[in-house]
Amino acid sequence: MSDMRELYQEVILDHNKKPRNCYVMDCPTRTADGHNPLCGDIVKVYLRIEDGIIEEISFQGHGCAICTASTSMMTELVKGKSVTEAREIFEGFHEMLTGVAEEQGIELGKLQVFEGVREYPVRVKCATLAWHTLNAAMDGDESVTTE
Amino acid sequence: MTTPIATATSPSAFDVEAVRADFPALNQESHGHPLVYLDNAATTQKPQVVIDTVSKFYERDCSNVHRGVHLLSQRATVAFEQARTTIKTHIGAADSREIVFTRSTTEGINLVAASFVRPRLEAGDEVLISHMEHHSNIVPWQLLCEERGATLKVIPIDDDGEIVLEEYERLLTDRTKIVGIVHVSNALGTINPVRQMIELAHARGVPVLVDGAQSMPHLSVDVRKLDCDFFVCSAHKVYGPTGIGALYAKREHLLEMVPYQGGGDMILSVTFEGTTFNDPPHRFEAGTPNIEGAIGFAAALKYLDAHGLDTVAAHESQLLAEATEAVLAVPGVRLVGSARLKAAVLSFVMEGIHPHDIGTILDSEGIAVRAGHHCAQPVMARYGLSATVRASFAMYNTASEIDALVAGLKKVREVFG
Repeated sequence: MSDMRELYQEVILDHNKKPRNCYVMDCPTRTADGHNPLCGDIVKVYLRIEDGIIEEISFQGHGCAICTASTSMMTELVKGKSVTEAREIFEGFHEMLTGVAEEQGIELGKLQVFEGVREYPVRVKCATLAWHTLNAAMDGDESVTTE
Repeated sequence: MTTPIATATSPSAFDVEAVRADFPALNQESHGHPLVYLDNAATTQKPQVVIDTVSKFYERDCSNVHRGVHLLSQRATVAFEQARTTIKTHIGAADSREIVFTRSTTEGINLVAASFVRPRLEAGDEVLISHMEHHSNIVPWQLLCEERGATLKVIPIDDDGEIVLEEYERLLTDRTKIVGIVHVSNALGTINPVRQMIELAHARGVPVLVDGAQSMPHLSVDVRKLDCDFFVCSAHKVYGPTGIGALYAKREHLLEMVPYQGGGDMILSVTFEGTTFNDPPHRFEAGTPNIEGAIGFAAALKYLDAHGLDTVAAHESQLLAEATEAVLAVPGVRLVGSARLKAAVLSFVMEGIHPHDIGTILDSEGIAVRAGHHCAQPVMARYGLSATVRASFAMYNTASEIDALVAGLKKVREVFG
């Protein structure tokens, strides 16, 4: 049970219940669809990038609590950041979840709440789907799957 | 009103604890809790007798079949062909030559699609399946229809998860070249009225394939009573090894069917000018087969038959009834699939909580369930869902495991508030 509290922290449950920036954007400059075929999670990310800065970001989709909260928190975190910064954060986030690097220089801030996901390898993709989708959108790809 | 009849079964009729003792994998902990294995529709655990049969083959009889003059090869061949006979008897076929070994249920369907249906499917023809099929009974037909310019037609299901028979009758036309129907739905648990459906199809001269992957462990199957043209199944869903399945086909069909794969064992003689094919069933078993799998498959069926399928089915029905009531009593739970006739499969969702989160929390309590689309995305879409939680029961499950499931679901509620 305490393990489950570790995984499903209050912040995660809150973002799952009330996802932020969850709307269809009117005039996005980039969009991408993310799909996790294993569980059927679907995320669409909308971006308005101006001069290399993510001025606006939103999403639509359905997924588990980890996926929804991760997407919601990602939109909050990268809004106003440059594309390069967003990629760096993703890199740090991915490393935290897959345990490649024990210490990394990137400040993950609130994203630390997902550290518990590391103990659940099959759920790592739930947490990273949104980020892969964001990456695809920034690259100009229209769709991505986690397989 | 009829008077309720006392249906007290004698406790000695089915000793579930004795059964459990036969399955070594059940005797372990998962995340510090006794394992509660409720993912039987995905695969079942194996009794010791199946494990021993497979290892004894490797320890004593390991050699190739149908070709050696030596003793080991003879023993292997006899055991392999006896396994075919055991399967024949178990499903009520008339002739062992009507049983083709396959890798899986999926391969059985692909084999029928390629060897029986493809040569007779023309542009404008139709293949008829139901809305509750597993992907394995959708995709092979889709591929074939695309190739031949034929159309895949879908029999609708109602809100309870039952076939709409009037629609089925309407969809059976002169253009229908085959009906593929699941016997028991892996996602909903529905037991389909396949006998009636086969009768209706035959009245129009349409052959029928029955996907028996999920019916084999729960129902007594008699292919001759069903009068199905094809019946496909897998060993691992019925306490046997993975990687082995069987296709039953009426002999008259097998004799007409073109080879599926070319290779050794499926030929009588080969020259560079041409090949004479072996007789069925060997014509459809190219290459060295999964010998130990076939023998293990037979051991599993014998194990099941020793307990009696009717006894097992009664035990599982009881579990399903208890589980349905208990799970529905958990706040926010909604059942997906409430057909009048169901096998021991319980699919459900919990309001506001994704099935994957439920699956992870149950797992932390030692309870193994399936959370996902169950390789049946169209049926999920039919109910406006992307996933459900599925608890599926086998002969070794107990009432106290249902209690554990319910306690687990209450924990899910606690975590999510």
